[in-house]
Amino acid sequence: MEQTFAIQMKDITKRFGKVVANDHVSLDIKRGEILSLLGENGSGKTTLMNMLAGIYFPDEGQILVNGVPVTIASPKDAFDCGIGMVHQHFKLVDVFTAAENIILGLDSRQKLDLKAVAAKIEDICGRYGFVIDPYKKVYNMSVSEKQTVEIVKVLYRGADILILDEPTAVLTPQETDRLFAVMRNMKADGKAMVIITHKLHEVMDVSDRVAVLRKGQYIGDVATADTDPQKLTDMMVGHAVTLNIERPLVETRNLRLEVEDLTVLTPDGIKALDSVSFQAFGGEILGIAGISGSGQKELLEAIAGLQPTQPGSHVIYHPPAPDEPIAGQHVPVDRGGEELLGKTPRQIHDIGVSMAFVPEDRLGMGLVGTMGMADNMMLKTYRSGKGPLLDRKPPRQLAEKVKQELDVLTPSINTPVRRLSGGNVQKVLVGREIAQEPSVLMTAYAVRGLDINTSYTIYNLLTAEKLKGVAVIYAGEDLDVLLELCDRILVLCGGQVSGILDARTATKEEVGLLMTKFKKEGAQA
Amino acid sequence: MSDLVVRLLQSSVCFGTVIMYGAIGEILTERAGNLNLGVPGIMYLGGISGLAASFFYESSTADPNGLVCLVISLLAAFLASALGGLLYSFLTITLRANQNVTGLTLTIFGGGIANFFGGSLTSLAGGVGQISVAATSAVYRTTIPGLSGLGIVGKLFFNYGFMVYLAIVLAIVMHWFLNRTRRGLDLRAVGEDPATADAAGINVARNKYLATCIGAGISGLGGLYYTMDYIKGTWANDGTIESLGWLAVALVIFATWRSINAIWGSYLFGFLFWVYLIIPGLARKDIELFKMLPYLVTIAVLVITSLRKKREDQPPASLGLAYFREER
Repeated sequence: MEQTFAIQMKDITKRFGKVVANDHVSLDIKRGEILSLLGENGSGKTTLMNMLAGIYFPDEGQILVNGVPVTIASPKDAFDCGIGMVHQHFKLVDVFTAAENIILGLDSRQKLDLKAVAAKIEDICGRYGFVIDPYKKVYNMSVSEKQTVEIVKVLYRGADILILDEPTAVLTPQETDRLFAVMRNMKADGKAMVIITHKLHEVMDVSDRVAVLRKGQYIGDVATADTDPQKLTDMMVGHAVTLNIERPLVETRNLRLEVEDLTVLTPDGIKALDSVSFQAFGGEILGIAGISGSGQKELLEAIAGLQPTQPGSHVIYHPPAPDEPIAGQHVPVDRGGEELLGKTPRQIHDIGVSMAFVPEDRLGMGLVGTMGMADNMMLKTYRSGKGPLLDRKPPRQLAEKVKQELDVLTPSINTPVRRLSGGNVQKVLVGREIAQEPSVLMTAYAVRGLDINTSYTIYNLLTAEKLKGVAVIYAGEDLDVLLELCDRILVLCGGQVSGILDARTATKEEVGLLMTKFKKEGAQA
Repeated sequence: MSDLVVRLLQSSVCFGTVIMYGAIGEILTERAGNLNLGVPGIMYLGGISGLAASFFYESSTADPNGLVCLVISLLAAFLASALGGLLYSFLTITLRANQNVTGLTLTIFGGGIANFFGGSLTSLAGGVGQISVAATSAVYRTTIPGLSGLGIVGKLFFNYGFMVYLAIVLAIVMHWFLNRTRRGLDLRAVGEDPATADAAGINVARNKYLATCIGAGISGLGGLYYTMDYIKGTWANDGTIESLGWLAVALVIFATWRSINAIWGSYLFGFLFWVYLIIPGLARKDIELFKMLPYLVTIAVLVITSLRKKREDQPPASLGLAYFREER
């Protein structure tokens, strides 16, 4: 088949504030080819494609469509260039039918002839092997059907360059096979296709060529036939970078948390966690690695009492011995081990298990954006006061302490935290949890979006907790950090534990392979 | 059929027409995602502007022309109400102010303006009960010649001014527009999910502005019908327009955001409001209780539609929410 460039991206750079999301990336997309865009979380895959779809505008560089330089400033411009992107989060109106969604916003002067629209949809479906009912309402559709509507919507608008952003994340294996079959049909029709993914077996299965991004930089591209998952993993994670995070070894490590057969279902009934078992020890940082959405959030939330669990799951908490420095601050529990499941989040918190989860929007969980530092501190302690009136003094002192110790940049402890920069918000969140003097401290994405120096402050805080004998659980995105900060690393893949490694001896490649389910013999430590 | 029943049904239709205008306009507005609680205020604006325009025209000429009376009052009412809608749009769409607060403020504003100028007009006309735009009101109250004389049928169906029929036509046209045209589809998408509409290339702000301003214009016609036909071209500072405005808002919910339903719904509301006429032996306080019936029915409808959970009967998904593209 004759291959011509559908799109050439030349030296594209995109910055968000100080963060460089794409650093002089050059990428070619050819007709009649399925290109996989591979990379870890935060490697800039979606950002790069969003610039083709008109969501973002590149700071530098040039985009050529069919050899002609173009400016793509809006989704409409992208459509005019024949580029269509199916996002991870579907953009469909629930109460409309498939057909109504598909023609939304198109030539408003025309008559609304849903029969003609349906016929054209059937035509597109027939050509590529889709199945959809044009008259079915979106709220009655499965995720896979909604995705089909999104793809047909793009095709209906005449797109011949399709970008699919992690299309299989929400699909069952059967639905994935069907999607891939459709993609091959479209390829045969001469369309150019890009699939963003971090699942290696899908890359091997569907694509003709793989382009790899790492930390915003273009690593290279290879023909799928000439490579294997091992080589791709190496390209994806790169060589280990030395960060020089201090990692003292604590000699006495007592069992603190025992998780057995923990199973959690998503609202759709899919297993978010599948029989997860592990142990966490005081005086140790247990890292949790995995591609995003592998169950990290559910795991921590289940332990914190925020997720309903399936029968047979156990989370046993072993309180610190009375002679340990961190003992005696919390509600006393059974010394032989206390079951945490079935307790309320507040009970679990009072026992000494704290969680600091930093969601993508930073303020979603844990802090109230319109309240100041002092009031946010009070959220965790107001119940302990006597009488109906609030005692504002202790939280104020605590806020001042956190502000000084963690160097939080805020005009005053009463300034609404939403006005603080992201890094400072995170310091408030983590600082507050540490101030509770927990015996188990769980943090997720604690350094998300932070600059290097602030990240180190957080690392040092966590290590200090570890030295006190606290069991620290750290879910993180950056493998280099996990390998240098943690004592052991638990790798999650698709809701299952694919391995637990000693972080002092493990290599980045080992972790990377476990993350993508290519287990090696003896990886279980 | 007794005269009393005929009178009841006629009153129901006239009463219903006032709130039908309010509801049709508000349905258009709410379908674009704007909850305009300023309907009573907008109906006040429509009523007083139409009245003032025809008052000044009538008092400036010895022999007022019927057609001019009609055009002047209709235009004035529509434009003044649409201007109220524009104010609301600017605050809620451009400045993204809270829709509930803005709407309620508009209600107070409209009522204040209308009663202030209503009072001024009354003094200009020479005192309470003196204001009258007889010529204009006569045009509005002209019934269909010939047909209105057809006994009971004529009395029930053809014995009204033209605005009663215009309301029905508007309701049908509105239904057709919202459900059978691409522009209507785009507009509903804006009310359901503005981010999706935006991504599909629909101009969200323009749709919201147009729907709110035109919707307000239509709502205002309810006030005009009330002053010109219902109380025969006079002004009363008794707050009736405001209570009718709230009934129009309730009717939008009752009609489950479909203007076709607003036709029979408005007449039903009128019937429930006036049904005490045919119930003998009611004291004053009982009458007031009966006048609450439309609200009770609305509550019942709300309960029933909530229980049935039919997605099509639910309010537009982004109703009451401001849209800002760069959010999150």
